[in-house]
Amino acid sequence: MTKWHDFLNKEGKVPPWPYPVDYDKERKIETDVLVIGGGIAGCWAAISAARKGVRVALVEKGDTVRSGSGGPGCDHWCQCPANPHSKVDPDEWAKVCAEYPGTMSALPDGTHKYLYGNGIGSQITCRENYDTLLELEQMGGQIRDINDEYVGAEGRYDDTKFMLSPRTSPNHATELVIRVWGATFKPALKKECQRLGVRIFDRVMVTSLLTEGGIQGARVIGATGFNNRTGEFMVFKSKAAVLATAGDFYMWMLNTEHAGCRQFRSRTATGDGLAMAWKAGAELVLMEKTIPLQLGTGYKHNWYGGAGDASYENLQLVDANGKKLPWPTQGWQDGGAMMPPPEVREAIRRGILKGEWALPFYGDFPAMPDMERNITWNLMLGQESTTKIITSTYERAGFDPSKHLLQNYAFIEGETHSQWRTARGGGPVVDWDLKSTLDGLYVAGEQLFSHGDHSFAASTGRYAGRKAADYSKQIKESKVSREQIASEKSRIYAPIKRTSGIEWKELNAAIARTMQYFCSEYKTELLLNMALDSLKDIEEVFVPRLYALDPHKLMRSIEDLSMLAHAQMVLNASLARKASSEALNFYRIDYPEVDPPEWNKYVTIRLENDKVKSGELPVSYWGDMEANYVARNRDYAGVHKEK
Amino acid sequence: MARIKINALPNITTPNAPVTFNPDICKGCNACVNVCQVDVFIPNPVKGNPPIVLHPDECWYCGCCVNDCKHPGAISFNWPMQQRGSWKDKVTGKVMRDNE
Repeated sequence: MTKWHDFLNKEGKVPPWPYPVDYDKERKIETDVLVIGGGIAGCWAAISAARKGVRVALVEKGDTVRSGSGGPGCDHWCQCPANPHSKVDPDEWAKVCAEYPGTMSALPDGTHKYLYGNGIGSQITCRENYDTLLELEQMGGQIRDINDEYVGAEGRYDDTKFMLSPRTSPNHATELVIRVWGATFKPALKKECQRLGVRIFDRVMVTSLLTEGGIQGARVIGATGFNNRTGEFMVFKSKAAVLATAGDFYMWMLNTEHAGCRQFRSRTATGDGLAMAWKAGAELVLMEKTIPLQLGTGYKHNWYGGAGDASYENLQLVDANGKKLPWPTQGWQDGGAMMPPPEVREAIRRGILKGEWALPFYGDFPAMPDMERNITWNLMLGQESTTKIITSTYERAGFDPSKHLLQNYAFIEGETHSQWRTARGGGPVVDWDLKSTLDGLYVAGEQLFSHGDHSFAASTGRYAGRKAADYSKQIKESKVSREQIASEKSRIYAPIKRTSGIEWKELNAAIARTMQYFCSEYKTELLLNMALDSLKDIEEVFVPRLYALDPHKLMRSIEDLSMLAHAQMVLNASLARKASSEALNFYRIDYPEVDPPEWNKYVTIRLENDKVKSGELPVSYWGDMEANYVARNRDYAGVHKEK
Repeated sequence: MARIKINALPNITTPNAPVTFNPDICKGCNACVNVCQVDVFIPNPVKGNPPIVLHPDECWYCGCCVNDCKHPGAISFNWPMQQRGSWKDKVTGKVMRDNE
């Protein structure tokens, strides 16, 4: 008996809610540093703040042991120019990361600069993520081939036992990316938090930030939340807070039933942090940026969704007759290029139509040298986020990579619908302390309007934690506004007061539909305003009908409200950018010129007295990255040493 | 033949069994309940019995419940049919699928 309906059929009754229901209880927690979100960035923020000797509370929607996008694992420690084998200078590489945000492969000469990176986060990552990695090892994370499993592998350095990856390193040109045993990381981080006395509040969703006097734009002095198993209300009072929550991946997704969800993000990634920062009055940038949908919906086959897209590192793709395709092997020769350039992809498409290549394609695992296959299958896919369960599923079913070609789904499943996209890239404006425009509010990880990679999350979390701790030492106690708490309590508990109406799945789909229709490939002033109108209707007519039958469904309902706020931010930022941009995947029919020089700037939005104010920032508003980093971190002590 | 009694149930959420438990091996320690970041499971009201899959539609297929289980065989993964893998023997050309 596994399923709910099996229980019902056998017992003749439904299982009772297994946790005490405490909607009427309120718990108060006082701390110096409050960390919101217990993923990679949040755990690191908590650890570095606790090492500064302050009281730390860490709040997480799931269980910190495996929560967040990096909870299950991580196979590559990317952009690590301070490692002993690196051939590039950290400060120089930081500039590359800021100019080509999110790059994971070698950049061909003449590559167009994308702009809109996060120079502050890139500088921190390039300077500090190697120290961060060494601290992970102190905590029990595995970062080297200590068991000599891969002696003789290309990229393995026998002196350090580090395994360098071809990513971003064609023919060993940079040696920037380290292969890691990342499935060991998250439990080690939780254990370290516990050892340092961090108070961990698992299964608690934070829903709002408390500000001084309850005023929008004032200093952040705490947060509210509720336990998603018991419904208990929580009030956190803090001197500094670190926002380390996930982005929003479900805003354009109609389907809430995930038949093989892929790409690192569970349904918990609903942009709660951005929604609460927005409502508290923080200034946000890049909210208009979107990327093609990266979630497996069950309609497509992607590596992270069970059946493999076999175009993975070092793996030659062949056609149905075994003929090699001009697809990057993502090995040492091409520095981990993940996809063919558009012109090669087009040549392959034409070749298919002319019979030059026969569909379907396969990943030729048997053709790989034994060691490379072993590394790819056992180390890389064995440690990366959600892929271990995939390789073990294949093995159970009889797949043997030394004998079998794994099917690839390029071309046969078609392209992702352009209206299905992911909000990705936006977040609070931060300064060189990773402080937002609100005093007392620091930001780390994915919300730092940059690529959301594991080492970036870890090193920015570690940095924001220590800056927040320093700030908290200068701040006196402040009084929370009972009115603000009462108003939030009434917002949060409204859905449990009803037993019928609209439930969270329907609301999620309605928000997604609005965004698909009015904020997708074809953007105009009229369409964007129609979307805002439609969301207003949803907010005023349908949200008051939202109902939730238990604390879990209440969490999903409140997540929908985060998404609704997030959608409004995207629309306001989209209205404010009156130009198209390739880098932002942002095209306006009424302003068709792509990336005109006068629009090479950040558009910012914030709430003031609940009215939207837009503004702008220059693209490199952070100034001289190296000088500013050095000036703000003269006391940085490097790798932590236990006293 | 005697008439059988059945319950009136709504259509069942699809997919509804991202994992299955082996009740002979699973001791109901609920480690999987705690490790799941989306709360797919609830503990069984009967102590010692396998957890109940309450929110299968929210599973993101991360595999932590299986990977971190201390009792091999107690819990196994069950990919939705349309997400299952396919491959081909390089020598014989025989196409195979995950029919577990």
